Amino acid sequence: MADHGPAKGFTRWLYTTNHKDIGTMYLIFSLTMFFIGGSMALVIRSELMTPGLQFVHPEFFNQMTTMHALIMVFGAVMPAFVGLANWMIPLMIGAPDMALPRMNNWSFWILPVAFGILLSTLLMDGGAPAGGWTMYPPLVLQTGDAFPFLIFSVHLMGISSIMGAINIIVSILNMRAPDMWLLKMPMFVWTWLITAYLLIAVMPVLAGAVTMLLTDQFFGTSFFLAAGGGDPVMFQHIFWFFGHPEVYIMILPAFGVVSEIIPTFARKPLFGHDSMVYAASCIAFLSFIVWAHHMFTVGMPLSGQLFFMFATMLIAVPTGVKIFNWVATMWGGAMTFETPMLFSLAFVFLFTIGGFSGVMLAIVPADIQYHDTYFVVAHFHYVLVPGSIFGLFAACYYWLPKWTGHMYNETAGKLHFWASTIFVNLTFFPMHFLGLAGMPRRIPDYSTQFADFNTMASIGAIGFGLSQLIFVYVLLTVKKGAKATDRVWEAPRGLEWTVPSPAPYHTFDTPPVKRVTQESFQ
Amino acid sequence: MSHADDRYYVPHGSHWPIVGSVGLLFLMVGVSNWLNGADAGFWVMMGGVAVIVFMLVGWFGTVIGESVGGLYNAQVDKSFRMGMFWFIFSEVMFFCAFFGALFYARNMSIPWLGGASNNFFTNVLLWNSYESSWPSNGPGKIGGDYEVMGPFGLPLINTVILITSSITVTIAHHALLAGQRKILSTFLALTFLLGFVFVYLQGVEYIEAYEHLNLKLTTGIYGSTFFMLTGFHGMHVTIGAIMLTIIWLRVVKGHFTPKNHFAFEAVAWYWHFVDVVWVGLYVFVYWM
Repeated sequence: MADHGPAKGFTRWLYTTNHKDIGTMYLIFSLTMFFIGGSMALVIRSELMTPGLQFVHPEFFNQMTTMHALIMVFGAVMPAFVGLANWMIPLMIGAPDMALPRMNNWSFWILPVAFGILLSTLLMDGGAPAGGWTMYPPLVLQTGDAFPFLIFSVHLMGISSIMGAINIIVSILNMRAPDMWLLKMPMFVWTWLITAYLLIAVMPVLAGAVTMLLTDQFFGTSFFLAAGGGDPVMFQHIFWFFGHPEVYIMILPAFGVVSEIIPTFARKPLFGHDSMVYAASCIAFLSFIVWAHHMFTVGMPLSGQLFFMFATMLIAVPTGVKIFNWVATMWGGAMTFETPMLFSLAFVFLFTIGGFSGVMLAIVPADIQYHDTYFVVAHFHYVLVPGSIFGLFAACYYWLPKWTGHMYNETAGKLHFWASTIFVNLTFFPMHFLGLAGMPRRIPDYSTQFADFNTMASIGAIGFGLSQLIFVYVLLTVKKGAKATDRVWEAPRGLEWTVPSPAPYHTFDTPPVKRVTQESFQ
Repeated sequence: MSHADDRYYVPHGSHWPIVGSVGLLFLMVGVSNWLNGADAGFWVMMGGVAVIVFMLVGWFGTVIGESVGGLYNAQVDKSFRMGMFWFIFSEVMFFCAFFGALFYARNMSIPWLGGASNNFFTNVLLWNSYESSWPSNGPGKIGGDYEVMGPFGLPLINTVILITSSITVTIAHHALLAGQRKILSTFLALTFLLGFVFVYLQGVEYIEAYEHLNLKLTTGIYGSTFFMLTGFHGMHVTIGAIMLTIIWLRVVKGHFTPKNHFAFEAVAWYWHFVDVVWVGLYVFVYWM
């Protein structure tokens, strides 16, 4: 049954149940969204290049900040990791495909519908949503015609994520090669198992929250109306019960990617594999009990602030375990610095900066100063751009030879890395100072004292945006590269390196035998 | 043509997912335009619903055909079971959002509007003379005076009906395992009939609430949580009863064996899930 290749014609992509096809579609979709969301960021940074209003109206500026966040979170980062999961998890656990291949197809094909609807709001009366991606009432209820489209596109994104997550969790639990017991699974598979659990647990809560917004707007309910006994703050609680696990959904798979790459290029096994699993599980558990640290200034009993402060700071412990394990993996290793390794190293350094500023923000009295300033913007961009996005770049360079059968252009890859790393710091590091000096976020104009750092950040952002064209160049020219061997790198571990490069359309028709699984980890 | 268990099964491609996506597109664009006041949106929405129903019938039809044809091995069966388990977990979390709203309103926002905790001035300056209590339609008395839906009468009868239906579906399950087809189809029929009776009585209760108690969706936070929780639950009971009916039709056609009956168990799990949610609703929405 398995020796036939892909179907012919464009219906191959519409009807496919092949995890590699679906993974490729996810990755291309997310790259497209990355550029759309990125150009919105450039509108924001161009406006902020100098004080005063120059290019866009404040209303449009707010639409850009809102849409940039929604597109990057739900359209770029999350689908990109699902794409990696689709491509790599069956290869890494010795499965022929995902457990539920047709549902897999559907979870992808809902995304273009969701983002088509979301992007179409830019053309509607009243413009796109402009109340921030967090959709706080009552502000979001002032959205024009776009409002129901926003709600339903979020529903669709949620349906897609839940189906994708169910598929991943079932694949991992039910499709592993016979002797790949749980604690032997590669870290990328482990982190995705935990991520999928988080997704199934919190995406329905987001669906519930936006449903309440919808009924408050159109059907006269009082969930977020104090006169009726509700509370706008209640939305924030429900939203962040989703929102905080969501940030781990966006970073845990990147942890997994880095945990695959660093051992390969340090030529040592991952230090403390099991402790990495426990640390990721702890992070997942803690992510459910820290949500209100996003709302310290909103009005909350002191006991609540204290609980959420200490619970939040506790996350630094398992995260520290991970950082130290990566460093210990490299300790005494025979390291080389190919592009995936460079991105992984930058990930460890720069994500840690984002982690530290996170601990600062966790401290209630300090947070009351930092709240809604550019310090927060700096913090979460440090964990998302050189965190999640660098993790994604590292993964793409690492597995691109396995996907295409060709080595990418290493010089261009290194250039992409250095340009990205320099510009990402130029963009986001000055934002720490802006925030500490009191510049508020989501504002199209600012006091002249903030001008220098803003100009630096804007130059950095434009540079970072242009640097990503190098990545497109690498992707477009990869077929011209040298033939990749099956193992690709000198010392990689795992089943994906036992199959040919490029990986055949169907891999593992029968479960890999015990010997293959064990030797692949030698 | 059945596959041995040591060989993986991968289904062929399918056009149903993309049909489903087109259906979702029409549904969402239609309902959004309708809410924005464009009447044509309603028909676009109904078109989307029709496409989705068409997709569900076709997709499930394909899978049932493959299952009855013996294409699936034990691993596929286990994947389906796990998938259903995690789907029900996601449904539980969806209800958690609304239960969370209920608990937040009862324990936080209502007492705070009445001046509890450090909200003395909220009460004095904004909502003077409002005394917090539950049920409440808030200090603004949104929706006007209303009567509370008590726990006895219809809600109690409905509780008995749903719990009985959980027992009947379990009897049907045991009968299936023992190969007693007559008992199986009888008790399965009894289960979905009880389900539809529940939905009917819930309708009667809603009419009572709207016409005699002035208890509406717009009756402040009490009305919001009451109708959203019971409404979403009623929707799930309706879907569950339809699924039970389809399973019953399959039983009558001779589907399912003591060894191969994933769809039956999936629907039974779903039914227990709506039952458990109802018990939570009965305790926290009607009774306490």
